[in-house]
Amino acid sequence: MKAFLILENGRVFTGESIGSTEEVISEVVFNTSMTGYEEVLTDPSYAGQSVVMTYPLIGNYGINKLDMESRRAWPDGFIVRECARRPSNFRCETTLRDFLLEQGVTGISGIDTRALTKILRVSGTMNGMITTDSDFRMEEVLPRIRAYNQGRVVDRVTCSEPTVLPGDGYKVALMDYGAKGNIARCLNQRGCQVTIYPAFTDAATVLDGHPDGIMLSNGPGDPKNCPEIINELRVLYATGIPIFAICLGHQLMALANGFDTRKMKWGHRGGNHPVRDLKTGRCYITPQNHGYVVKKESIDTEIAEPAFENVNDGSNEGLQYLKQPVYTVQFHPEASPGPHDTNFLFDRFLDMMGGKR
Amino acid sequence: MAKNPEIKKVLVIGSGPIVIGQAAEFDYAGTQACRALKEEGGTVVLVNSNPATIMTDGDIADMVYIEPLTVPVVEKIIEIEKPDSILPTLGGQAGLNLAMELDERGFLKEHHVRLIGTTPLTIKKAEDRLMFKETMEKIHEPVAPSQVVENVDDGAKFAEQIGYPVVLRPAYTLGGSGGGIAHNEEELREILENGLRLSRVGQVLVERSIAGWKEIEYEVMRDSAGNCITVCNMENFDPVGVHTGDSIVVAPSQTLSDKDHQMLRSSAFNIITELGITGGCNVQYALDPDSFEYCVIEVNPRVSRSSALASKATGYPIAKVAAKIALGYTLDEIRNAVTGKTYAMFEPTLDYCVVKIPKWPFDKFIYAKKTLTTQMKATGEVMSICTNFEGALMKAIRSLEQNTYGLQRREYEDVSGGDLRKLLLRVDSRRVFVIAEALRRGITLQEIHEVTKIDPWFLDKIEHLVEVEAALRRDYLKLDLLREAKRLEFPDRVIAELAGVPEEEVRQMRMDNGIVASYKTVDTCAAEFDAETPYYYSCFDGENEVEVTHDRKKILVLGSGPIRIGQGIEFDYCSVHCVWSLSEQNYETIIINNNPETVSTDFDIADKLYFEPLTTEDVRSIVDLEKPDGAVVQFGGQTAIKLTKNLMEMGVPILGTDAKDVDAAEDRELFDEILEQCHIPRAAGRTVFTAPQALKAAHELGYPVLVRPSYVLGGQGMHIVASDDDMVQFIDEINETVQEHPILVDKYLMGKECEVDAVCDGTNILIPGIMEHIERAGIHSGDSISVYPSTTLPPEIVDKIVDDSSKLAKALHVVGLINIQFIVYHDEVYVIEVNPRSSRTVPYISKVTGIPIVKIAAQVITGAKIRDLGYEPGLQKKSDYIAVKMPVFSFEKLRGADIGLGPEMKSTGEVLGIATNFDEALHKAFLGAGVNLPHTGEMLITVRDADKEEIIPIAKRYEKLGYKIYATPGTARALTAGGVKVTQVNRFHGPSPSVADLLYEHRLDLVIDTPTRGSEKNRDGFLIRRIAIETGVHCFTALDTANALATALESPRKDMTMVDIAKIVRNPGAVKLNAPE
Repeated sequence: MKAFLILENGRVFTGESIGSTEEVISEVVFNTSMTGYEEVLTDPSYAGQSVVMTYPLIGNYGINKLDMESRRAWPDGFIVRECARRPSNFRCETTLRDFLLEQGVTGISGIDTRALTKILRVSGTMNGMITTDSDFRMEEVLPRIRAYNQGRVVDRVTCSEPTVLPGDGYKVALMDYGAKGNIARCLNQRGCQVTIYPAFTDAATVLDGHPDGIMLSNGPGDPKNCPEIINELRVLYATGIPIFAICLGHQLMALANGFDTRKMKWGHRGGNHPVRDLKTGRCYITPQNHGYVVKKESIDTEIAEPAFENVNDGSNEGLQYLKQPVYTVQFHPEASPGPHDTNFLFDRFLDMMGGKR
Repeated sequence: MAKNPEIKKVLVIGSGPIVIGQAAEFDYAGTQACRALKEEGGTVVLVNSNPATIMTDGDIADMVYIEPLTVPVVEKIIEIEKPDSILPTLGGQAGLNLAMELDERGFLKEHHVRLIGTTPLTIKKAEDRLMFKETMEKIHEPVAPSQVVENVDDGAKFAEQIGYPVVLRPAYTLGGSGGGIAHNEEELREILENGLRLSRVGQVLVERSIAGWKEIEYEVMRDSAGNCITVCNMENFDPVGVHTGDSIVVAPSQTLSDKDHQMLRSSAFNIITELGITGGCNVQYALDPDSFEYCVIEVNPRVSRSSALASKATGYPIAKVAAKIALGYTLDEIRNAVTGKTYAMFEPTLDYCVVKIPKWPFDKFIYAKKTLTTQMKATGEVMSICTNFEGALMKAIRSLEQNTYGLQRREYEDVSGGDLRKLLLRVDSRRVFVIAEALRRGITLQEIHEVTKIDPWFLDKIEHLVEVEAALRRDYLKLDLLREAKRLEFPDRVIAELAGVPEEEVRQMRMDNGIVASYKTVDTCAAEFDAETPYYYSCFDGENEVEVTHDRKKILVLGSGPIRIGQGIEFDYCSVHCVWSLSEQNYETIIINNNPETVSTDFDIADKLYFEPLTTEDVRSIVDLEKPDGAVVQFGGQTAIKLTKNLMEMGVPILGTDAKDVDAAEDRELFDEILEQCHIPRAAGRTVFTAPQALKAAHELGYPVLVRPSYVLGGQGMHIVASDDDMVQFIDEINETVQEHPILVDKYLMGKECEVDAVCDGTNILIPGIMEHIERAGIHSGDSISVYPSTTLPPEIVDKIVDDSSKLAKALHVVGLINIQFIVYHDEVYVIEVNPRSSRTVPYISKVTGIPIVKIAAQVITGAKIRDLGYEPGLQKKSDYIAVKMPVFSFEKLRGADIGLGPEMKSTGEVLGIATNFDEALHKAFLGAGVNLPHTGEMLITVRDADKEEIIPIAKRYEKLGYKIYATPGTARALTAGGVKVTQVNRFHGPSPSVADLLYEHRLDLVIDTPTRGSEKNRDGFLIRRIAIETGVHCFTALDTANALATALESPRKDMTMVDIAKIVRNPGAVKLNAPE
């Protein structure tokens, strides 16, 4: 069946429908990872977005339940050049096509993803619609596409009840703003007992658990849409309990300290983003997935100093807070997908909590 | 960290002659590195024995020594030039081994020279099998159970312990040289003995076989600060068991999940960090297809063939970055030249698929074993880029120039299903076609997978292509199907054939419906950043992003495709120099080529690079888009010449010699007319098509005759034929591979061969010099030792050659380059052939004479006159130096290939010996070619009857040198009668003492064996030559070569003088006196 991707600038790409045929309007973003499409699909940070994979052959190694980063797929749309008809990998359980169908993700294949990516790079991230209705009327759909706002998506992706991953090490409270499963796993593998809290849990409840450390997760959307969380973070910050934050967590903590964030033109999404550790000068390749960033000039260096910067565009990639044991990064040390090069930051978090137990 | 200020003068060691396992990729890497070093203000001293390279140009390095790559030579150069550093990691294994030897001898320390890029300890840890294994164990990186052995018995014992099959890998060898898989003790003993001898340190690793696992490679970079990146990973289509140089390779990996990929990527970082690599490094893995278990196969702590491929596949300039890292820069300080915005500290991401297919020399060596093992056999490779795997595979297949444009090969159509199943078991160069045929016959993907262990993902892609083939055959050509077929890169001619319609109809249908190729950019970043590099590939499923400009006149330069015997790196040298010259003349230049190993496919050579197959349709698509003002075909070898007519039909003017004149040089009758017109004699000959015609011609001319197809390069399919039986066989062979064009039968004249490369501007001719071959006619010019300037020709013969060259160039209206081969026979000069194009001798003559031949030719073809360029026409003054070009062979890599030299070219590369006198130049050339013989030793002589008289004086020379001479009975009788003291031995299979005893006991230093004419695969001589090569004994098959070697051995080994070629180039006045000789 034919499917159409209609961008808010009026540009239409025609391809084949894969997955669900339900019409979706969302923000269209591109991801440059060559592997890891399953992790991308199950990363809650993509809620409210349609993801274009720039690598043309997607689905080659199929889907397996173990590599899911959360309980389900999140993007509203999935856009690929070619969807593999016969995946091959020893862990493959199902095909990408069947997975999209099962998860109700609307997909489109057979389009020039490079041309689409160039549009998004030049004009910036924009909204788009994926539909199988060939009779769409441009004057009717364009206003709807343009009117779309991702809104506050954290509500949709966070868990509803706290859960505990047992461990005999440090007790870590993981704030789930749309956490990728591997954050909890990275901590749990290091012996931590991880309690995963819904995003809007108040600080008092978290503190009642007497955590040794607090982990703020990644998540979707504009951080400024979450003032309640920011308020609670101010409380957690003041306690002096070690805090480590990733991505949205990093942005929320920055906002809690009075810094500012802005939307990027097309964001950083992929597994090849270089960051520099400003203390040592060492550089690392990191996985990233963000459309918002902490404004460099808004950082109060009395409160926090930049810990990492992006080698390519110089944007802020991490903050070392000076008055409290708080360390936050914009990229994803938990990987999945992407390079594991900064996985050591979890060890650093353990050190912040008092070293290995 | 910034540049180390102590590094001011760097010696770069090149990789020497092109041999199997070490090809043009090191010229590409070396050239890029030298340019990077110069960009940083360093002085670069270069040493490389290979004159056909761009890196040995005077404008690439500051001082250039085309000298043998031996320890004494490099030591001498270090004493002369006093470099403060050596960059050893860009000259392949040869360069690395040499640097290690210099270090181990303490010479570097003594002369205060440091190795930059990578330390000796790192090299040892990566290269020494035992240290490597210990290092891997220390960091918990798994390697297959293995043991380093230094003798055969230990190897057999260990193999018994871990169980067969076992893999054998000699330490410090090229292209897996001497390695292999042994399935039983007998095989083990054979391979191991060979491997131990070939290893510089006499070590071979005996290892558990992990054949059948996935083979995955990582190209990684690390700087001195410890920053690491992966440039690219690659997955081999062929599972472990086939040398990666002989595998079809795809980039990036296709069947690895992110977990698989990251596991190996982290492992690679772990390894390069422990080894302390600073620069580029290649790590090869075997990955169990059914688990996360993996083994490290090997690590190359240097720039390699794979890194050249990774550079071209991603756009990331590995050699350049490695050179800058060696100078002390860190990755985040080096700009990414592709985007101009980002840095080398970043990982390329691809939005296309890349396929590499090796180019094997089996069309040249019909008797060589075609099976693929851990011993590399390919001479070159092609790469292709597409938005899908099927398309990339299809493009790569037609880039190989084997008259195969898709997955169909006639030879399998009549094979029975049972025989096909047997063929599937054989791992050889044609397996992909066998698989396609098997799928066509309904053999299931699963069954093929079980037999071949090739991942189902790849097999499915082949099945997809076969399905589309079937659809094309079955249905009336529908638009959707045509679109899909083009997306998968079916060429029009294949679609037409399958659909049963004329090719023109397919094209018309495409044009009518706008199904045309569009071009995408290779930008390292999947369009995330704006790219500044004009590096393109085609696809049929996307928008075109090439900006076509017409502000300058633009010229299309056609490259020469994969490196193969007969068409080597020389043609890339010519193409690149042509581009540079045209750029200087302010033309926009566009290059089309598909060889990832070359300088011409570096994105900063031409204004635009199209990485595409060199077929009519692919070129036409580019022409349709770019509408060039002209095309140059005379520098790209036969690959480019073949496209001349088609380019003209597309309306592209051919710059330089006209197509009809190119034809006249190839067409027997037309050429005879021209010769007659010029009063130049040639050997009597006939043009034939069939065996009966050939026999008739041979009888008229009298045997022996020279038989060859027209329109070929490197004497492909050429034979000296002495009997009717041989004639019939060869005509059949020729007709198997070459169609359409007639076969030429000539009377064979056994005279002295001479050769001229010249530039003609239509009126005047510039002849830089005359080359003379050591071996008499009958041995291909590419396999002959060539001497410039000629030393034995009397003045009247020289005059005649100059006169004939001039007449021929004018008669053929040559504008640009011309190569003419002559035979001097009984004081008469005959013309053998004329090639109105560049030849393999152009680079070396340019370097020795200081005359930039290609540059002049490129100016002439755009309208300049020789005189305007400051040259007086005619033969130029002889150089002050004598240069001897020596062919280099790769026979030890090709089991079963006959090493006997003849009219068909067999050498893979060449070296140059340059000196002020002939003997020293000859000596250097032999040294450069690896022939480093003792003054006295033991040798075997066995010659055919016709040579028995002539061998006597040659044998006497060796006797006088102090060689102990063994001979087979017939030869021994002749030598004894001639007064030479010989020890007679029995024939190969005879009772002891036999030739076999001598060879297997490693008694010999040298074998002289002249082959009897005709095919003789099973004869004694063949066996002797083969075993000699395989046991590492130098073997010469022509009396003239043996004579020349005696001369080299006789010359007193006083100190060799080192010649800086760059001085000749920079100071051409010293030789460019413009006075005719």
